[in-house]
Amino acid sequence: MNASPVNKQRRYFLIGATAAVGGVGMVGAAVPFVQAWLPSARARAMGAPIRVDIAKLRPGEILGPIPAWRGQPVFIVYRAEATLAKLRGATGALADPDSENEAMQPEYARNAWRSRRPEIGVYLGLCTHLGCSPKYYGEVRPETFDANWQGGFFCPCHGSRFDLAGRVVKSVPAPDNLPVPPHFFESDNVVVIGQDGAAA
Amino acid sequence: MAEATVKRPGRWTRFMAWLDARLPVTETVEYHATKYYAPKNFNFWYYFGVLAMVVLVIQLLSGIWLTMSYVPSGAGAFASVEYIMRDVEFGWLIRYMHSTGASAFFLVVYLHMFRALAYGSYRAPRELLWLIGMAIYLALMAEGFFGYVLTWGNMSFWAAQVIVSLAGAIPIVGPDLMEWVRGDYGMSEITLNRFFALHVVAVPLALVGLVFLHIVALHHVGSNNPDGIDIKQQKDADGVPVDGIPFHPYYTVHDLQATVVFLFLFCVVLFYAPEMYGYFIEKPNFEEANPLKTPEHIAPVWYYTPFYAMLRATTFPLFGLSAKFWGLVVMAGAILIPAILPWLDRSPVRSIRYKGAWSKLMLGLLVASFVALGYLGTIPPSPGATVAAQLLTIVYFAYFLLMPWYSRIERVKPEPERVTR
Repeated sequence: MNASPVNKQRRYFLIGATAAVGGVGMVGAAVPFVQAWLPSARARAMGAPIRVDIAKLRPGEILGPIPAWRGQPVFIVYRAEATLAKLRGATGALADPDSENEAMQPEYARNAWRSRRPEIGVYLGLCTHLGCSPKYYGEVRPETFDANWQGGFFCPCHGSRFDLAGRVVKSVPAPDNLPVPPHFFESDNVVVIGQDGAAA
Repeated sequence: MAEATVKRPGRWTRFMAWLDARLPVTETVEYHATKYYAPKNFNFWYYFGVLAMVVLVIQLLSGIWLTMSYVPSGAGAFASVEYIMRDVEFGWLIRYMHSTGASAFFLVVYLHMFRALAYGSYRAPRELLWLIGMAIYLALMAEGFFGYVLTWGNMSFWAAQVIVSLAGAIPIVGPDLMEWVRGDYGMSEITLNRFFALHVVAVPLALVGLVFLHIVALHHVGSNNPDGIDIKQQKDADGVPVDGIPFHPYYTVHDLQATVVFLFLFCVVLFYAPEMYGYFIEKPNFEEANPLKTPEHIAPVWYYTPFYAMLRATTFPLFGLSAKFWGLVVMAGAILIPAILPWLDRSPVRSIRYKGAWSKLMLGLLVASFVALGYLGTIPPSPGATVAAQLLTIVYFAYFLLMPWYSRIERVKPEPERVTR
């Protein structure tokens, strides 16, 4: 038996060094476990862009919630001339009328209609509050949730309201406008959702 | 030992001696039951801890059996639940046991927590016992949520969508965190699969471990009682608290009776109203999950609705952060704030029996606001309901945040030396 006194400093150093090296090892070992929760290759492949034929869409109508892109409902609305004029007009009741939150739409959709083509609006049909799918109330008429309804989307979960350009009304739970997914028009009647342009 | 060798001990004694030399059986039984001295004045409110254990066993047993027939896939989950309900022998019974058990679990846990609030069971030296209990409650909420998603009905799907979206309210990392939790761009089979793993393996494992710690901590510090006084202050010549009685056989038999009554009531629900008219199993959940169709009105199961009402009641942005973010903060705060109770209560007495009028009023208001918020969380949003929920949220938080003040200034009654009836 060694009778010499314990060198506490050396002992604490060894304990500390062992714990530090072990800790680094644990962090390294955690990486695959954390990464395994990211979308898998299959999930990413399933999230590829989709092509939608809008030839049969008429003014005032909506194509949605089908088609779905990345398993999420997409709204394609065809807005009549009168609606477009209104969208450019009174915006006082809106939280972000000029699409200042850049994350919510690509650059080409930062306009009064929040769309590439004024009449065709493409939006992700998920409320920016907690992800319920809002419902389309396209007609101008008094609704139970708004006596002065000008047409748009209403989320039944928590009462958020959006206009026909997907812009959120002030003082509702949803903080942002409906997102505009990346999209472009392959031809007059075919819109590609999930991609900003043919070249990409 | 020499005089004891006259007669050889019996077979049983020898077997126990053999066992005790290898595993601390007698020691453990004495420590936790036959020589664990519980206060003799336990009342009705002291049943719910044991009942929570009973429900845990029901959930583990029925859960294991459900796993034998359940298929955790996007295409198969909903169908496999229907298969259990229709084709598996007694599958309906086991499934309803599990779904009724979930509600029963929360009911007894809420009553158990109320008991702790009323009699000051969270006060020193039971702070850690209380914190472990809070961890159990959080694990239980997670377990209930994951399990609810597994049936893959439309309400399950959209409720999960809403809850996972809460993570998206966290500034900067929110959207990426949401994707990481789901493992997909939207809620999908991938999400279902991981929730299955969490529901049947990870969380139950944690839950059982925490319950074990809860009991070890309880038996280390000793049980509180309706008078909130320390029975270890008055001991007899043998060092046994004069107001304590051995847990076994007195309270085991006493609790057995309560368990029978509880199981009777449990069976009434199980056989006559397992869906509880849409409160335990909601109507949209008889429809398969549809990522493109939100049910008309989304509400979580009743045991989460008080917190859901508070989330919905937060409708205004503050300090440049969105209402959605504050909703998350309010909801998380409401769930977590009871954890700091041991440090909020400044009263010289533990039990509500000796506390003053303020404490009684505030506890009454807390219960009333919790129940009212629970109701508001089940109904569709309307301006009136939102204002009501906002006021009730303030009442709920006032119980906790004003406690350092009202628990100190109020006039209290003197605590007795010995426990009362």
